[in-house]
Amino acid sequence: MKKTIFFAGVFIIVSLSLLPFLWFVNTSLKTSIEITSIPPALIPSGTLASYRSAIEEYDLMHFVRNSIIIAGITTLFTILISVITGYAIGRLRFKYKGLFMGSLLAVSMFPQISIAGPVWRILQQLGWLNSYQGLIIPYITLTLPLGVWILASFFKDLPPELEAAARVDGCSHFQTLFRIIIPLSTPGVFTAAILVFIYAWNEFFFALLIMTQRDFQPLPVGIALFQGQYTMPWGEIAAASTVSTIPLVLMVFIFQKRIISGLTSGAVKG
Amino acid sequence: MRFSAAAREKVFVAALLTPGLLFVVTFAFYPILYSVYLSLHRIVLGIPSLGRPFTGIDNYLRLLEDRVALHSLINTLLFVFTTTGFEILCGLIIAILINRSFKGRGIARAAILVPWAIPTVVSSQMWRFIFNDKYGLLNYIFYGNDTHAYTAWLAHPATAFAAIVIADVWKTSSFAGLIILAGLQVIPDELYRAARIDGASPWQQFRRITLPLIKPAILIALLFRTVDAFRVFDLVFVMTQGGPADSTNVLQFYGYKKIFTEGLMGYGSTISVFVFIISLVVSLLYIRVVGTRLFREK
Repeated sequence: MKKTIFFAGVFIIVSLSLLPFLWFVNTSLKTSIEITSIPPALIPSGTLASYRSAIEEYDLMHFVRNSIIIAGITTLFTILISVITGYAIGRLRFKYKGLFMGSLLAVSMFPQISIAGPVWRILQQLGWLNSYQGLIIPYITLTLPLGVWILASFFKDLPPELEAAARVDGCSHFQTLFRIIIPLSTPGVFTAAILVFIYAWNEFFFALLIMTQRDFQPLPVGIALFQGQYTMPWGEIAAASTVSTIPLVLMVFIFQKRIISGLTSGAVKG
Repeated sequence: MRFSAAAREKVFVAALLTPGLLFVVTFAFYPILYSVYLSLHRIVLGIPSLGRPFTGIDNYLRLLEDRVALHSLINTLLFVFTTTGFEILCGLIIAILINRSFKGRGIARAAILVPWAIPTVVSSQMWRFIFNDKYGLLNYIFYGNDTHAYTAWLAHPATAFAAIVIADVWKTSSFAGLIILAGLQVIPDELYRAARIDGASPWQQFRRITLPLIKPAILIALLFRTVDAFRVFDLVFVMTQGGPADSTNVLQFYGYKKIFTEGLMGYGSTISVFVFIISLVVSLLYIRVVGTRLFREK
């Protein structure tokens, strides 16, 4: 009896988590008549018409390309900087470390609007509105706290003797970092990279402000602004949504342990 | 010239910290100060001939009398309270269910993470479609084939607000659940065993052992969710555009409107500064509570 209730509970939360999105995937595989029919068609005809139209009429693939470029380069740079910053915070002693980490974490709590106007102005003056670097640079800034936090907690858990042993072997500070620590940091780097990538892939607010021209817009902006001439193009929106979400769903199913450890790192231990 | 070991280490640390610091200072801290500067001026994008006259606290006085701003502040607070409340509750249920080991737990956990991973724009479009007035799934579930009874959920203030709350709770409860789960997993089994020997009921075990020990995790989940709920934007932009009648207008959306669609860089920045101060106060308050708790445990 107890077991039945338990599995019923699990079944309910899993269904609630998946069904709304599956309904949207389902919609993406329907004809436009099926989409508006009452009662709704539970089983779609499986047509790829919405995908074709999203690609041909709404230029879906160029949004995909922009998203890959922006999220990919952001992840690369954020990780490079997070490794060295995280190493300093996780393993080295210096004055005002608490203040440094505190202000970094504060950045992750800023409401985006509180910096949006000035960031927009700075980018405008640099001529970087509607350019990849114009969005990548704010993204690096906003994802740094996450990357540094994950890597700093990862480095902290490595054995404390590493530096001393390297010193005995005659390694300089830089050699210790590049020859000993960085090769050991793969698991932490991987975890941080997944979370940073997901953030950059999903971000909408800054992408909306900075990319006003279609040429540079990433997927979320494209999906939010899909507009039909007379009716909402629900099939195309659902198709584009499915395309932008599938890589994330795959990541969640393959890397869930890493994602969970990254999200909760430091949350419990303090 | 040779440096001492201590000096070399200092140079090393400085070299490691500089790149990150450069980004954060230029694109996060400087913009905050710049927002304050802008908020003290009258600047309208598109009318450069206006110049940028210094207006002191005029914009702030205007903010005090701005009814829409007050309305969006109230909406934001209401949104924060309702979503975080539901998210912690749902998160607690998720955490307790997933904490037990059972066959297929890994898959269940991944499935629960899916809403968290979906881009907010996508989940917003998805819910907008479900709430659609003509062929939305929700109307069909409630009214079946009786299309005359179909409701335009997003066109009525109360239901539109409920809709964005539901969309947010759906998307982020799993995150709260994971944080709480991490808290649950560090509770040693012996505590429960001892409690059972003493004849404690499951409810008593929950009240006396589980709840007090996961309180820090709950507070952390609450902090993250509150901070995030304060800056809700994507949902409102896609689902309601702040309407109907400003019933879902929230601070971040209002500030965006003022700066980027009306071009009021000066007044919009005043809203930005205001939002910043509110969320700073809230986070500091939480960090104080959470922080002292964590340090006491250490």
